[in-house]
Amino acid sequence: MQWEYSARGRVAMFGLIAAEAAIFTIFVVAYIFYIGKSLTGPTPKDVLSVPIFYTICLLSSSVTIHVAVKALSKGNVRGFGAWWLATITLGTAFMYGTVTEWHRLIYQEGLTISKNLFGTTYYSLVGLHGFHVIVGLVGLSMIAILTLRGNVRTAHAERVDVFSLYWHFVDAVWVVVFTVVYVLGR
Amino acid sequence: MSTDSAVWPSTGLASRPLVDTLHEWITTVDHKRLGILYMAYALLFLVVGGIEAAIMRVQLLRPHNDFVSPQVFNRLFTMHGTTMIFFVLMPLAFGFANYLVPLMTGARDMAFPRLNAFSFWLTAFGGLLLYFSLIGANGLYGAGNAPDVGWFAYAPLTSKTFSVGHSTDFWTLALLVSGFGSIGTAINLITTILCMRCPGMTLGKMPLLAWLNLVMSGMVILAVSPLTAAQLMLLVDRYLGGHFFDTQAGGSAVIWMHFFWIFGHPEVYVLVLPAFAFASEIIPVFSRKAIFGYPVMVAATICIGFVAMSVWAHHMFTVGLSSNANTFFVLSTMAIAVPTGIKIFNWLATMWGGKIEFKTPMLFCIGFLFQFLIAGLTGIMLGAAPFDWQLGSSYFVVAHFHYVIVGGILFTTFGAFYYWFPKMSGKMYSEALGRLHFWLFLIGFHLTFDFMHIPGMLGMPRRIYTYEPDRGWDIWNLVVSIGVVFQTLGIGFFLTNLIWSYFRGRVAGSDPWDAWTLEWSTTSPPPAYNFASIPRVKSRRPLWDLKHPDDPDWKYE
Repeated sequence: MQWEYSARGRVAMFGLIAAEAAIFTIFVVAYIFYIGKSLTGPTPKDVLSVPIFYTICLLSSSVTIHVAVKALSKGNVRGFGAWWLATITLGTAFMYGTVTEWHRLIYQEGLTISKNLFGTTYYSLVGLHGFHVIVGLVGLSMIAILTLRGNVRTAHAERVDVFSLYWHFVDAVWVVVFTVVYVLGR
Repeated sequence: MSTDSAVWPSTGLASRPLVDTLHEWITTVDHKRLGILYMAYALLFLVVGGIEAAIMRVQLLRPHNDFVSPQVFNRLFTMHGTTMIFFVLMPLAFGFANYLVPLMTGARDMAFPRLNAFSFWLTAFGGLLLYFSLIGANGLYGAGNAPDVGWFAYAPLTSKTFSVGHSTDFWTLALLVSGFGSIGTAINLITTILCMRCPGMTLGKMPLLAWLNLVMSGMVILAVSPLTAAQLMLLVDRYLGGHFFDTQAGGSAVIWMHFFWIFGHPEVYVLVLPAFAFASEIIPVFSRKAIFGYPVMVAATICIGFVAMSVWAHHMFTVGLSSNANTFFVLSTMAIAVPTGIKIFNWLATMWGGKIEFKTPMLFCIGFLFQFLIAGLTGIMLGAAPFDWQLGSSYFVVAHFHYVIVGGILFTTFGAFYYWFPKMSGKMYSEALGRLHFWLFLIGFHLTFDFMHIPGMLGMPRRIYTYEPDRGWDIWNLVVSIGVVFQTLGIGFFLTNLIWSYFRGRVAGSDPWDAWTLEWSTTSPPPAYNFASIPRVKSRRPLWDLKHPDDPDWKYE
């Protein structure tokens, strides 16, 4: 069995994803362990509403980034740029959803990170995921700027594809977070 | 395969200004220099952590001693444990892996040289952060203090209520930062091993050292990350008023234990796999035989990697788990003895019938075989829950894990230092000083850690700063403390040997041991690019093939 030298970016990204997955696993376990253990309100049932629209936004950004990378590997840089910007828009929409949700929870429902166990675990887990989305958006935007300046060519398709693995991972984590927080947790 | 690396004229490094040389070392991305930086850094902290241990042994020399206060004693055992695990053994493992993996797999550098440098400096910064707590932990109040919550920092000791000031925060951040460094290096090692091997070196023809480091790196990724997560939760608790480990608000102190030991036990195997790696390279060379049962060794390594992830709660028997959990963790703990036992038998079978040369590296590896066996046996004893209920958190446990860490890991690491010192420095070490180190350290080790089991069985708890005279512990503690003198002398001769031999040792040549792996095919020390032309290999012992063209290994593998 012999890997190619050129596969090293991909191998390293899978290593990073494994490490990140382990970190998320611990946070998810803590969340599940503490479901229903809060001594005071508010409870998830009272205050959480299911963010279906923003979830669709984030999950469909996996499709757009995939189409973007495919376009680039076929030499269609303009198509790549368009789908890439669509990905950024969808990711930003998701973060906007998180911001409005947190704003409502903090100012209307009075749920803060120190309020009760639900607050602690909810903001930590969703916040950790949100942090990864933001890191992803920064990376996406940097590549977008390079694309607009005309620096991205077909030769970069492999690297862009490696980066897209991270974005797919962030989306996959959301599926778990969504299930745990908004389905199991309520 | 070309072994004739180009010989470059001396570039007159010695005459260059010190600032230039320092600048070169600080900005280096060369895997060999980073490896040496890791090792030098680890040896520095080995001395620091050793001094902390020595102070504790002076305090416990006799009953009612008051050499240090109880508060200082708490800080000493916390700093000793944290230092030795995170800033001695981890950097040593990564240092050797950094130096050796590219050389032994025929690569010119690691897959990501700059990530490599970044990871080292993160680790280095983490160590500085831990020790800066001595100055900075009380912030502007002046008198500083070090972390005093123990190396596993159980809740609620780490809560703001019981740990005022910033000492725990320094501990948390130091581990968090060095953890990022460890994960970076682990990813780098995996990528290097999977993608950068020279032509012909299939996974089945890699040196065992590369295999063991591959599995070790995988375990670092899966084990250090949970620690990172737990440290983040602790920071949320301490700074944002979270309740993860706050029992007053429904949180759980036990879940911290789970999270810590999900890291903590695999960590032991993260540290011991590099030790196995050294033994697997040194024992064959000094037995003049190929390693016995290479495929089984690889399988056992992978098996250890898997099973090690599922034994963590044997550290928590005394907490009171359910009987199902107890049974599971007893059985998984017993199960891990099987692949480990396979390894010991394979090393013995490698030596069996060999023409053994008792050079210093081999002496240390033989010491390792005996001591690691005993460490494993006391491990099986403690792995049985009822036994652990009796002796958990006693000096028996302290003796057991020091038997693993010092008697197993540190011994092979010393062996590795002597074995690869000629390659790294280009000079031979002093065999006489090496033997002196071995015998002094062996005597000191056994005085300290053999006799440490006994006060444990007599009921002496770990982490106490003093004890009553009528418990029957006095004489044992005295003997344990006397052992420290021998160990200190041994370490002294070790460091002297390294420094003296570096300046005064005779030139080693590229292959002083008549060894078989690729690092011995290039000059000592190797040039920055390692190999003038990338080697091609056909068997697990490429240099054997080269030296014995009439009877090469690849005919039989």
